[in-house]
Amino acid sequence: MNAAAPAIKGTGARPRSVLPGFSLAMGITLGYVGLVVLLPLAMLSWRAAGLGLEDFWRIVSGPRAVASYLLTLRAAFFATILTVVYGLLMAWVLVRYRFPGRRLIDAAMDLPFALPTAVAGIALTALYAKNGWLGGPLAEVGISVAYTQIGVAIAMAFVSVPFVVRTVQPVLEDLDPEVEEAARSLGATDWQVFRRVILPSITPALLAGGSLAFARCLGEFGAIIFIAGNLPFKTEITALLIFIRLEEYDYPAAAAIALVVLGSALAMLLVINTLQGLNRRWAETRG
Amino acid sequence: MSAPYRPGRSESATVRRTLIGLALLATALMIGLPVVIVFEQAFAKGFEVYAASLNNPDTLHAMMLTMIVAAIAVPVNIAFGIAAAWAIAKFDFPLKKLLVSIIELPFSVSPIVAGVCYLMMYGSQSVIGAWLEQYGISVMFQPAGIVLVTIFVTSPFVVREMLPLMEQQGREEEEAAALLGARGLAILWRVTLPNVRWALLYGAVLCAARAIGEFGAVSVVSGNIRGETNTLPLHIEVLYHDYNVIGAFAAATVLTLFALVGLLAQTLLALRMEAREGRHPSGAH
Repeated sequence: MNAAAPAIKGTGARPRSVLPGFSLAMGITLGYVGLVVLLPLAMLSWRAAGLGLEDFWRIVSGPRAVASYLLTLRAAFFATILTVVYGLLMAWVLVRYRFPGRRLIDAAMDLPFALPTAVAGIALTALYAKNGWLGGPLAEVGISVAYTQIGVAIAMAFVSVPFVVRTVQPVLEDLDPEVEEAARSLGATDWQVFRRVILPSITPALLAGGSLAFARCLGEFGAIIFIAGNLPFKTEITALLIFIRLEEYDYPAAAAIALVVLGSALAMLLVINTLQGLNRRWAETRG
Repeated sequence: MSAPYRPGRSESATVRRTLIGLALLATALMIGLPVVIVFEQAFAKGFEVYAASLNNPDTLHAMMLTMIVAAIAVPVNIAFGIAAAWAIAKFDFPLKKLLVSIIELPFSVSPIVAGVCYLMMYGSQSVIGAWLEQYGISVMFQPAGIVLVTIFVTSPFVVREMLPLMEQQGREEEEAAALLGARGLAILWRVTLPNVRWALLYGAVLCAARAIGEFGAVSVVSGNIRGETNTLPLHIEVLYHDYNVIGAFAAATVLTLFALVGLLAQTLLALRMEAREGRHPSGAH
């Protein structure tokens, strides 16, 4: 922060500062956040609360809902493993090596965020369908992806790719090369250097990126509904179940299940903040 | 990027080449092919069929609506971003961290849940929805609802890019301007914004990309009426379920081109920011 800035800690509610516009800017910010973010979230909770505990529990613990949670969690788990492995590989190669096309590949890492999810959904479906470019060869070895749980995981992995790459990249860049050189001069092999020196240093970043990816997978909708078969109990993710309840005009049920998803997202946010704090503290102790 | 590694400094050439090969192959499969197949499917029956399926009144209307939604959501969130970043970066007040967390909350909310929240708030069974209906205003299943929910999902983008930079730059320049007698807006316009313009633009590009591409949240609050409340991503779903595959992929090419232009803009802005401020935009999300 800025050491030369004059003391602006006031005694009253309004900070003393030579700069103008605090009340206006703060007023706009609080009003906007209240109206755009907090009030709608509160309305969801209020509507779900209107059900009463017993009905709420009956809805959110119904077999179809539970099956959708389990599918969503399982697919998100495998998708996260895939993006962690892929993200580590990409961060490693992009940071440590120079090769033609590196800038292009680096920019491509953001494509899953830039590409609308509906486009990703139909593109992945076409790709992994039984007669598709990847679905065809996979079908020959007996793996079907489109309209199965594997398809759900593939779509989740696609949309969450940038999290791991972008979290690990800066940490790899800041690693002190001398530690690695020391290990090598003591006779460590490539694998030992990676396993004993580098991996421990990037583990907090991998966990932080992985948990961001996992959280995104839990909430994803657009990319998944095209490639999933959307069969209840089999390939129906929770976000889709909410949507189906809305189409049936069963708004209380939709609100109740949405509140479960919101609650799990907030829990993930706590985990992510803790992991990011660890990652940052770790980076600071290394200097 | 600070102190980049010397290229291929340590591992053996075999390891290096294998890893680069694997990375290129995996990226081609995971990220390259989905983009290529959009164009392959759209042009499967030639350019004329492609052009004809784009030149459909419902598709054109969906494009128009998408542009209008983005044209409202982006400036609104730029204005919010400037106000919030000014308040947070240039002043001290209690619970600042909490406020920042609340501002970033929409990133953690599933698009479907966001849509349900807005439906619960503005739907006709809600207090606000019923009150608005007395005055003949209905928000849900109308373009207005699409605009509101898009503003929600895109609200953190601009602040999140501006805030770290404005905090890092401190307050000296603004304070000097204030002591020399500059008024608030003049300080903002002449001192603060020129210092953060690339970050602001970067945030606006991300905001626009998301506003144009949002699917889950708008699918809840849109009435899904063709030629009325369908944005382009929603229209893709309608065409796809009509088995109009070429039409769906033709519409998808438009969104893909927007995404690629957005990525190019992001890359160029990131280069400028690195050159100017020695920092990379915040990346994830």
